[in-house]
Amino acid sequence: MQNATAAEAPVTLTYRDAVREALHAALRDDPRVFLMGEDVGRYGGSYAVSKGLLETFGAERIRDTPLCESTFVGAGIGAALGGMRPIVEVMTVNFSLLALDQIVNNAATLSHMSGGQLNVPLVIRLATGAGRQLGAQHSHSLEGWYAHIPGLRIAVPATIDDARFMLAAALRLPDPVLLFEHLYLYNMQGTLTEGLEQVDLERAAIRRTGRDVTLISYGWSLHKCLAAAATLAAEGIEAEVLDLRSLRPLDEATIMASVRHTHHALIVDEGWRSGSLAAEIVTRIVEQAFYELDAPVARLCTAEVPIPYAQHLEEAALPSPARIAAAARELLTSARGP
Amino acid sequence: MTQSRLHVPHPPARPGEKPDFSYLEIPPAGREPRPDTLAPALEIERLGTGMVRVLDEQGHAVGAWNPHLEPEDLQVALRHMLLTRHFDERMQRMQRQGRISFYMKSTGEEAVAVAQAMALEPGDMLFPSYRTQGLFIVRGKSLVDLMCQCLSNTRDMCRGRQMPIMYHWAEGNIFSISGNLATQFPQAVGWAMAAAIKGEDRIAATWIGEGSSAEADFHHAMTFAAVYQAPVILNVVNNQWAISSFQGFAGGERRTFAQRGPGYGIPGVRVDGNDFLAVYAVTRWAAERARASGGPTLIEHVTYRAAAHSTSDDPSRYRPKEEWQAWPLGDPITRLKNHLIALGEWSEERHAALEKELEAHVTACWKEAVTYGTLTEGPTLDPVSMFEDVFHDMPPHLKRQREELRRLLAAQHAAAAAQVPDGEG
Ligand SMILES: Cc1ncc(C[n+]2csc(CCOP(=O)(O)OP(=O)(O)O)c2C)c(N)n1
Ligand SMILES: [Mg+2]
Repeated sequence: MQNATAAEAPVTLTYRDAVREALHAALRDDPRVFLMGEDVGRYGGSYAVSKGLLETFGAERIRDTPLCESTFVGAGIGAALGGMRPIVEVMTVNFSLLALDQIVNNAATLSHMSGGQLNVPLVIRLATGAGRQLGAQHSHSLEGWYAHIPGLRIAVPATIDDARFMLAAALRLPDPVLLFEHLYLYNMQGTLTEGLEQVDLERAAIRRTGRDVTLISYGWSLHKCLAAAATLAAEGIEAEVLDLRSLRPLDEATIMASVRHTHHALIVDEGWRSGSLAAEIVTRIVEQAFYELDAPVARLCTAEVPIPYAQHLEEAALPSPARIAAAARELLTSARGP
Repeated sequence: MTQSRLHVPHPPARPGEKPDFSYLEIPPAGREPRPDTLAPALEIERLGTGMVRVLDEQGHAVGAWNPHLEPEDLQVALRHMLLTRHFDERMQRMQRQGRISFYMKSTGEEAVAVAQAMALEPGDMLFPSYRTQGLFIVRGKSLVDLMCQCLSNTRDMCRGRQMPIMYHWAEGNIFSISGNLATQFPQAVGWAMAAAIKGEDRIAATWIGEGSSAEADFHHAMTFAAVYQAPVILNVVNNQWAISSFQGFAGGERRTFAQRGPGYGIPGVRVDGNDFLAVYAVTRWAAERARASGGPTLIEHVTYRAAAHSTSDDPSRYRPKEEWQAWPLGDPITRLKNHLIALGEWSEERHAALEKELEAHVTACWKEAVTYGTLTEGPTLDPVSMFEDVFHDMPPHLKRQREELRRLLAAQHAAAAAQVPDGEG
């Protein structure tokens, strides 16, 4: 340390740095942990998350793999069964579809099918989402799809704190966990909460409190909701912003408590609307808090098309702060009736 | 007690070290025999371990694989390869200037796509990888069209929906390029099966990088092609690198990629991928075999990815800068040029003139392409067009979403107009 002030000032880091620190700590603290995936070694991963880890931990713990998602996920299952704590990086959720059989038919089912004899303590990290002009085959948000599957835990770090500490929480669990890192967030800057040493993988978090409407989201959409909430605040509308954090299991208690407080809910989900996670949340609110609602639950999702490439088309397909604010206003207006 | 240890493949040289291609055994040109096109796969296994080469060090065409092409054809080939290179150069520069978001060059590998497209019939169906732009150039797709796709502008064949270079050209019998590796392999086999079922004499050809040949789709396609003896040419372009992973990570340390063929009962032929004549001749052989119901052929093209993986990549992080200069199979364009000069059918002057002409052509095409719009300047595609083509006929829910978007855009437009800072209203 240069001097006392430098030591005390909170360090600014990116979401990417936070994930890297999480990996670093996991590898340092547990010899069973290793990272494997395409170009994770010298290249540092396609989003530069693992940059520098090879130099510290060596090629046997930062393991480059052949280009074969089904096999490096399957090998991850095998290694987990063999007593290791593998972290598998899949470049994007789109490529995880090549490993779907391993994830859905195997990782998710082995504990149950074996009558509890086997556990698969495997962590899969996947980049997800749109916004970087990568076209349909690299931009989809399929985490809601995975959240449909019993046996998988689905967590989505949206903040620097969660990027830093969710990995350790995932590694502590005996079940397979999929961690979805939104590719738009990698460059986001922030600071770690002082004194924080761990986070849970169960609870949703209220990122902004408000009395008028609850905005429910996760990942990149969370930040769009926060931006929308700031706009709405200037108009006198107090939005509460809820970060789901875990998509399976869903923290119903926190969702219902917020809805009971604001009596209005808008769900913002980068997935597609039909058969979506948003649909699931609407259903649960209707099932559990119907009589608390002053208006029908609303949701804002991505246009139901393969994500286009061209920037202005891509933007038009996705939820945006302006759209969220508009949807919230409409929700509150419709609530007042004609 | 013994303990097992895992092998970690290591490339022969890292940045700062001397390039080392001693792992490649390169036989003299003309050495490999050319078997009958219907020879049983297992009788010609040596084609998978040697290397078919036609052009010798002096630029002469030698041996049984010499396809004896006319000088005019060779000049056309040289033009296609040079045009591919100039096109790549220009698009890379345009990416650097922020005019397009992304690009991938095929520098050093131009002979593969150009020779193969020339060796096949126009009706044959091509299932490309993202580094085979020469296929489009040989088949006559205009550069303006290719550029418009990269620009995602109003004349983009993909209507703004695909990343640059992921061209689609159904009319030219070139299938869509996939951003997800290896999917084209099973699809090419299926197309070839359809052609055979329909009793056509058309065949399919497909390309994959050596890195991507680790994907399951590659192996499944090999099984299917072998089981049905589908009329398909399966190409592995071994350019030594898959982003930062050298070919050892795809299994290249143990056997050649061509040698996998006989394991499936498919002939495997390894060819000098920077030798236009050799690639052409091997492709003709495989095509003849496929058309005569002799089934599939696996071809490994030994070449080198001279450029970065893509505009997002910096290869100086993982390989020596001078590797391309040290590459023992040279530059495919220089080699064909030297051959034409040795034949007395070309000269440095003509070459320089051709380069100038192509450069001017690329410039003219770019000037035209940008008139249809760029990333930053109009005209632009109408965003509501994205709801088209999801299904052949637009279902009601998409019509609703399209209307919502239309209203939103109109409102944003009106709001922007109202904010014109002239103090009115
Ligand atoms: C299923 C899938 N996994 C990973 C990627 C990311 N990726 C794109 S290109 C590439 C390297 C491919 O190398 P190779 O097959 O050798 O082809 P080359 O780039 O050398 O032409 C990788 C890993 C992808 N696009 N699709
Ligand atoms: Mg390659």
